[in-house]
Amino acid sequence: MKRGLSLIAALSAATYLSAAVPAATAAENQDPIKLTLHDWTGQLLTTKIMGEVLKKGGYNVEYVQADYIAQFAGLKTGDLHVAMEIWETTGREAMDEAVATGSVENLGETGMQAIEEWWYPSYMKEVCPGLPDWKALNDCAEEFASPETAPKGRYLGGPVTWGGFDDERVEALEMDFEVVHAGTDAALFAELESAYQRKAPVLLWVYAPHWAPVKYDGEWVEFPAFSAECYSDPSVGENPDLAYDCGKPRGPIWKVSWSGVKDKWPGAHKAIKAFHIENDEMGAMVTKVDLDGKDLDGVVAEWVAANEKRWSGWISK
Amino acid sequence: MSRPGERNLWKGPALWWALFAVTWVLSSYSRDLSKALEARWIVKYPAGWRLPLKRDISDAMKWLVEDASFGLFSFKDFTRGIAWVIEVPYDFVRAAVIDGFVVGVGSEASQIAPSLSWIAVIAVVVAIGHTAKSWSLAALVGGCFLYLAIFGQWDSAMVTLASVLISVPIGVAGGLLLGIGAYRWPAFDKILRPILDLMQTVPVFAYLVPILFLFGFGPVAALVATIIYAMPPMVRVTTLALRGVPTEIREFGTMVGCTRRQMMWKVLVPSAAPGLMVGVNQVIMLSLNMVIIASMIGAGGLGFEVLSSLRRLDIGAGLEAGIAIVVMAIALDRLSQAFAARPAKVHSEDAGGESLVKRHPWTSSVLAVAVVTGLAGLVLPAFQSYPASLTLTTGPFWADLVEFINVNFFDQFEAVKTFMLTWLLLPVKRFLLGIPWPWGIAIVTLAGWKFGGWRLALLAGGLALFIAANGLWAKAMITLYLCGVSVLLASIIGIPLGVLAAENARANKVISAVIDTLQTLPSFVYLIPVVMLFRVGDFSAMIAVVLYALAPAVRYAAHGIRSIEPQLIEAGIVAGCTRWQLLRKIKLPLALPEILLGLNQTIMLALSMLVITALVGTRDLGQEVYIALTKADSGRGIIAGLSVAAIAIIVDRILAASARNARARLGLEA
Repeated sequence: MKRGLSLIAALSAATYLSAAVPAATAAENQDPIKLTLHDWTGQLLTTKIMGEVLKKGGYNVEYVQADYIAQFAGLKTGDLHVAMEIWETTGREAMDEAVATGSVENLGETGMQAIEEWWYPSYMKEVCPGLPDWKALNDCAEEFASPETAPKGRYLGGPVTWGGFDDERVEALEMDFEVVHAGTDAALFAELESAYQRKAPVLLWVYAPHWAPVKYDGEWVEFPAFSAECYSDPSVGENPDLAYDCGKPRGPIWKVSWSGVKDKWPGAHKAIKAFHIENDEMGAMVTKVDLDGKDLDGVVAEWVAANEKRWSGWISK
Repeated sequence: MSRPGERNLWKGPALWWALFAVTWVLSSYSRDLSKALEARWIVKYPAGWRLPLKRDISDAMKWLVEDASFGLFSFKDFTRGIAWVIEVPYDFVRAAVIDGFVVGVGSEASQIAPSLSWIAVIAVVVAIGHTAKSWSLAALVGGCFLYLAIFGQWDSAMVTLASVLISVPIGVAGGLLLGIGAYRWPAFDKILRPILDLMQTVPVFAYLVPILFLFGFGPVAALVATIIYAMPPMVRVTTLALRGVPTEIREFGTMVGCTRRQMMWKVLVPSAAPGLMVGVNQVIMLSLNMVIIASMIGAGGLGFEVLSSLRRLDIGAGLEAGIAIVVMAIALDRLSQAFAARPAKVHSEDAGGESLVKRHPWTSSVLAVAVVTGLAGLVLPAFQSYPASLTLTTGPFWADLVEFINVNFFDQFEAVKTFMLTWLLLPVKRFLLGIPWPWGIAIVTLAGWKFGGWRLALLAGGLALFIAANGLWAKAMITLYLCGVSVLLASIIGIPLGVLAAENARANKVISAVIDTLQTLPSFVYLIPVVMLFRVGDFSAMIAVVLYALAPAVRYAAHGIRSIEPQLIEAGIVAGCTRWQLLRKIKLPLALPEILLGLNQTIMLALSMLVITALVGTRDLGQEVYIALTKADSGRGIIAGLSVAAIAIIVDRILAASARNARARLGLEA
């Protein structure tokens, strides 16, 4: 992130005029559009691809490091302008609240679908042949047990802040499992890596797009399909008395912006709305960066070079 | 050793054992009791009595951010103004060391001058090292910075360096002014003290959200948080150092007719300088401690490198970035200590005739290096930034090592863990969680009264009630359990190590190197391998806390033993003590006050680690603070933070009082 130096800028106004002639004259406003960066690779890729495409369209782009949820405060005031990945599964509440104020606009789906579900490595199928059906889990709960949870199985859930209603699910589906919450996703996948190295039993919350389901061979547990009623109405689903007796919702990853973007940079607004990438494509790029150790900016440049037709359509729309 | 003291000693333990027995019974049967009496309030603080403070604070924050105004400008404009004042020099330093000077903003920016080349930066630190002390120091700091280049950490390290170069001077200057204020006006000192306590004990996560709202996103908010966290020791040290200036010097100042201002700046501050440098050193270390947390809200740099490596489970890269923080801490620490120890400057009279270059050999040669490498860098990029092809990495080695241990020794680790859980952690947890809250408050109040009189009793009881009234009693008990067990283990390991370090010079060298590294290495670096070996849970958290909180237990024990007066030990030898008797009957009892102080510091560090261990899934107050951060809920975070501070203050005051009693008993102080 190169930041302008206002002092120097003021001192050398003359240089500024000559230096800052826009690369392309198409852009409506030369103030930088601030895109937020978070700390997972997929989001960095999505954002940098959008940013590079906007630069090609002649826009001035600046990347700002910000927290996933806390960024909404900045988006409301216009301190920050665009957030490229708000997951239906984790960010919906904050997004809806922000959109309701009128200062933040939902720019539609990115094309990627967030999957969050219970997941196990393939070698567990040998000890628990009924998988991926969730009912099989109860028969082999002891295989998944650890000394602290025995005789119940151990399920490693995401950080409590992710929500996900796993405690409720275990109760509603009468599963013999105990939910243990990891504090961060680094801890979550550290435990997966450790178990995978030893081919030890593990059952945990995995999400996609992410490098983990690419690196490790495994499957999602198949719960009764999610429906909104299943979460809200106890009578619907397996258990007539309790809600949450089904799998987790899968949902789109959204793009949002400060509502002023539309008037200030109408072209960029359209381009961001048009942005579309799907899970497989993103999964492959995340793998290149996180597992093959390639440079993130290099992967972005590669994509931009290879997909000129696609993104030029976004800008011209 | 006085008579009344001994009688107290006899009476004390009996009382406490009786209390413990009652508590044990209450803890075991509180649930049955509450069922039998149909009084749920015994085990759970009634929701109806809760204070609505969380909401009030959130509302107050909202008002502050959105509506508060001084007439001409709003409160937010004011804080944003401060942010600008910090941002301008920060951008300048950053441009100088890494980004290069640019005009324009965003991707429009074009460079007008490159940053200092890596060679030039190393030349600068070598020059400073030599000026401060000697060639060997110069070689050490030069080597430290060379590590950053060779291990590919240069860019991130320079971003971190830029933020340290801004936050340290502001922290030092602010601390100095506040400290002088506290020295001059006792009333100000009284107000400042509790604020400093809070600044040091409220976890940083608790106030990150309000800071983000007020100071905007990006590095400045992180700098502000760093300054808040790192400043308090400087204030305390300043006040102490000024009070410690010998009266003769002060009288001399009065005799030559100093004004108040001259007295302060020309007499007192310069003579307190060596003491003040201790504070500077603390500010540097604490600023580097904050690097990881700061990177979570947009500071970038080495902290971000650590976090993102560990998200990829690239343990080696995380460790290298973590070591880079340690290396930087070592370099800055040694430099500041060298400046502290430097003899006062003698103004030379005969330099007038020489040329500017001759008078400032270092400045001019460093300038020359900067210009030459800068120009050469335009042609050959290797002069400007260290070539990526020459960087080293030990990443695969560490990954393989952890895998090897994991695959071959996991069962042994698991056995140790299960043993500790069954026989230590779980019983303690059950005991503490079972204590009915009214009884808990009563015990804390009683302890306060026994050790420090009714004032302390009122303070301790009030703070305990504050925790309960905010509905955080259970979480506070889990905090206490995790912290208590960790402190116990840290003391069991740390105090013998400290004694060993004091008795044996060679052991001392090894132990202090390990301790220093453990304290500056970001705990996140070893947290992830620990999780791989011990899984998510309280045990992993405990290991991380013990590793971090070990340092003061070792240091204070060593210091306590070293500072015993030699006559007392000689007396023991003359009386025919064996080595063991010498240690047990003379050294340890005499070092007790110091050891208690160390215990106090161990507890403080353990509490400050709890927020980090929330990242591996503990269910204590740390988690409450962390949840509040991720949900951007200022009220919830601040209340949970204040509860952590409340525990810290209760423990600190009670321990300080008992250390005072111990001293009085040993006749060390009147």
